[in-house]
Amino acid sequence: MGETHASEYAIEMLHITKRFPGIIANDDITLQLRHGEIHALLGENGAGKSTLMSVLFGLYQAEEGTIKKDGKEVTINDPNDANDLGIGMVHQHFKLVECFTVLDNIIMGVEPVGAMGFLQKKQAREKVIALSEKYGLQVDPDAKIEDITVGMQQRTEILKMLYRENEILIFDEPTAVLTPQEIEELMKIMKNLAAEGKSILFISHKLAEIMAVADRCTVLRKGKYIGTVETKNTTMEELSAMMVGRNVNFHVEKGPANPGEVVLEVQHMTVASKVHNNNAVKDVSFKVRRGEIVCIAGIDGNGQSELVYGITGLEPLVSGSILLNGQDISKSSIRKRSTSGMSHIPEDRHKHGLVLDYPLDYNMVLQTYFKPSFTSKIGFLRKKNIQEYANRLIEEYDVRSGQGAITPARAMSGGNQQKAIIAREIDKGPEILVAVQPTRGLDVGAIESVHKNLVAQRDAGKAVLLISLELDEVMDVPDRILVMYEGEIVGQLDPKKTTQEELGLYMAGAKRDEVKDA
Amino acid sequence: MKKILKNEGVQAFVASIICILLGLLIGYIVLLFINPSGAGESIVNVIKNFFTWSRPQSQMKQLGNTLAKTMPLILCSLSILFSYKVGLFNIGCAGQYVAGACASLYAGLAWGWGWLPCMIFAIVAGALLGGITGLLKAYCNVNEVISGIMLNWIALYTSNTLLTNVKETASPYTLYLDKTNPGAILPTLGLDKLFNNNSNVTIAVPLTIVAAVVIWIILSKTKLGYELKATGNNRNAAKYAGMTQNRNIIMTIAISGALAGLGASLLYQTGYMRWECTQSSVPAMGFNGIAAAFLGGLHPLGAIFSSFFIQHITDGGQYVNTNFYSSQISDVISSVIIYLCSFVLFIKLTMKKMLAKSDEKKGAK
Repeated sequence: MGETHASEYAIEMLHITKRFPGIIANDDITLQLRHGEIHALLGENGAGKSTLMSVLFGLYQAEEGTIKKDGKEVTINDPNDANDLGIGMVHQHFKLVECFTVLDNIIMGVEPVGAMGFLQKKQAREKVIALSEKYGLQVDPDAKIEDITVGMQQRTEILKMLYRENEILIFDEPTAVLTPQEIEELMKIMKNLAAEGKSILFISHKLAEIMAVADRCTVLRKGKYIGTVETKNTTMEELSAMMVGRNVNFHVEKGPANPGEVVLEVQHMTVASKVHNNNAVKDVSFKVRRGEIVCIAGIDGNGQSELVYGITGLEPLVSGSILLNGQDISKSSIRKRSTSGMSHIPEDRHKHGLVLDYPLDYNMVLQTYFKPSFTSKIGFLRKKNIQEYANRLIEEYDVRSGQGAITPARAMSGGNQQKAIIAREIDKGPEILVAVQPTRGLDVGAIESVHKNLVAQRDAGKAVLLISLELDEVMDVPDRILVMYEGEIVGQLDPKKTTQEELGLYMAGAKRDEVKDA
Repeated sequence: MKKILKNEGVQAFVASIICILLGLLIGYIVLLFINPSGAGESIVNVIKNFFTWSRPQSQMKQLGNTLAKTMPLILCSLSILFSYKVGLFNIGCAGQYVAGACASLYAGLAWGWGWLPCMIFAIVAGALLGGITGLLKAYCNVNEVISGIMLNWIALYTSNTLLTNVKETASPYTLYLDKTNPGAILPTLGLDKLFNNNSNVTIAVPLTIVAAVVIWIILSKTKLGYELKATGNNRNAAKYAGMTQNRNIIMTIAISGALAGLGASLLYQTGYMRWECTQSSVPAMGFNGIAAAFLGGLHPLGAIFSSFFIQHITDGGQYVNTNFYSSQISDVISSVIIYLCSFVLFIKLTMKKMLAKSDEKKGAK
């Protein structure tokens, strides 16, 4: 670094405390970002990462603590202040206008305007092209956002920050939506940016990525500052122990699978898309047998959600059929499918999985409330039975909540909401368990218990269909992987024999096989 | 103290009281603006309502009249809150009320039916009109507010047309039900004796209380209530759990309509009011039901008290001193108060925020 700085640190957040009713989201947290370093911010869900970043962005005001830029104390009251200080952020969900070009998106809000109010795009274009060459950010300035890949969209977001001459770049879980190849690309870009003197904050809970790219890592746990470590002096095990507070077993323990007869058979299923006129799932066929976990892998948005909607009955099929234990259920109601032995852990627990304003015990019987043990012959709820049943599940699945069975689902943490859904769906005793991203947004400890439950289902001779976007999960949990790309199954892989790289090629559509007898 | 305030029920109650006081205050300010000299006396008269009369007998008689009009209001607010719990805003309640009025009067006056068949006919008419809104919502995804408002006008003018067949030749009003067909008048069960022989106090009172209790039981204790509330809180989760949504939507608005229809029959079958066949606005009863439902904290039993209060204030409006104010002032005052009543949710929310803030401050210490 040739430049001289007034202080060692680009941004310092010193002793930040932010309270919300009932909880302390940030309790005396200190984060110091050096010039030109990549600094990871690691923590479980609810550890206080988002709150801390919101304070930095002026969305919240901290009750205690100070923020310093280049050693000078600053106040940040709203995002405009943050922008003026050169702080930029790539959000997990991109903030791009779909029908605008890359260039238009980059200059949006800071358009160069000439006399008479006409846009002067020429110099803007030159600046964007210069920036993209300098940092190796390949984009096509004239392509529309809706036509380009997620990776290029992300590069557009990065260019947006560079165009505004931001010095401090925040990446919020940037790898969640990328293929392994794109992730590698991003890592290179981040290192380039740091080498050019930009300071980068990298929010993540993926340890491998942090170890690969970050110089230092600050760990938060339950709103508290745990420590800052140099990544070259630490290990993944140490980081995870800091994050969770105990040692975690990364590897899923399971014996060999003993597949039995077919439980779920999908034949030539086609499901329409709600977003575009094309079909989201195209002529898909596969089987799931007793005693095995089959995983549908793929990048988000390749038809996995619609596949699940078709199987569980949330959306009608365009064509094809679904057999459950040999019986055609493709026209059956959701209730019929559920009572014939299908359980469904939905992708979105707030949209589908829970009635948030109902107490926990009511949510525990959401799929079974009409059974004689919960509803009397003349239609009255047996509240005592419902509560006893809920208490049993709470005990068995370690669902934690403020007031036990009567806690409103809304007041529970995401992880415990998910545990409640899993308890409900598994305790129903399903023949086939359809689990869609069951560990989404969960911390390492909770993920471990979810995986154990899935394997236990398999070992009990049930069939499990897992839909996952997480590569580690795809490699670790299932006995068989089916890769979905643009609505079709393009590959069948054995997790013991394949590699993440090979899987990535299938997921990106770079490689495909004719899959027969999946 | 704070712990008590955090209880949902207490919050609803306090919020309702605050709304009432605010309404009275603003009503008072309005009176002050128009004519300061009579304001104090007038607002007190609004609150006193029947107590303005000096003789206890007269007081009881007037209380009886207020009660007679309270029963349909309770049923309208039950109608609103029932569908509200299922996530539907049944503004068509006003039209369903009109349908009930028309059905009971027509059956009583034109066909000479007895009180019970008339009442059942009114319930069916309200339910059918509600059912149309439900069908449109379930199968054509027509917003229930839009179709409800349209159907309100259709119901009004259809009723005007039909009831013209049974109106007096000299006036726009329908024939007197008690003179034309005394059998259609609701039995009083001796309740009239309690109110200085006010024959407007009838079986309607116990029937309404029963209806409120039944609605409360359905919502809080039955499988049907579980399904309906789940649908109202989270439509997607209800679908995921295999509940049949379309049936639930249609049934909800139909039950809602049945309640409104019953409410109308309980008023018009006392003979206390007659239908004006030339009226060009939908009777306010259904709309006031919205205010009563919210003021009652969206609880069926709360609706009983809030409806009584609103009717009490509305009737009290007539005791405003007309030497100082024009006679419409009574409507102005009562509508200001009713308007403020619908701020209950807002006040509840503000209270919650204030409690949270003071907690946060306490946490900071």
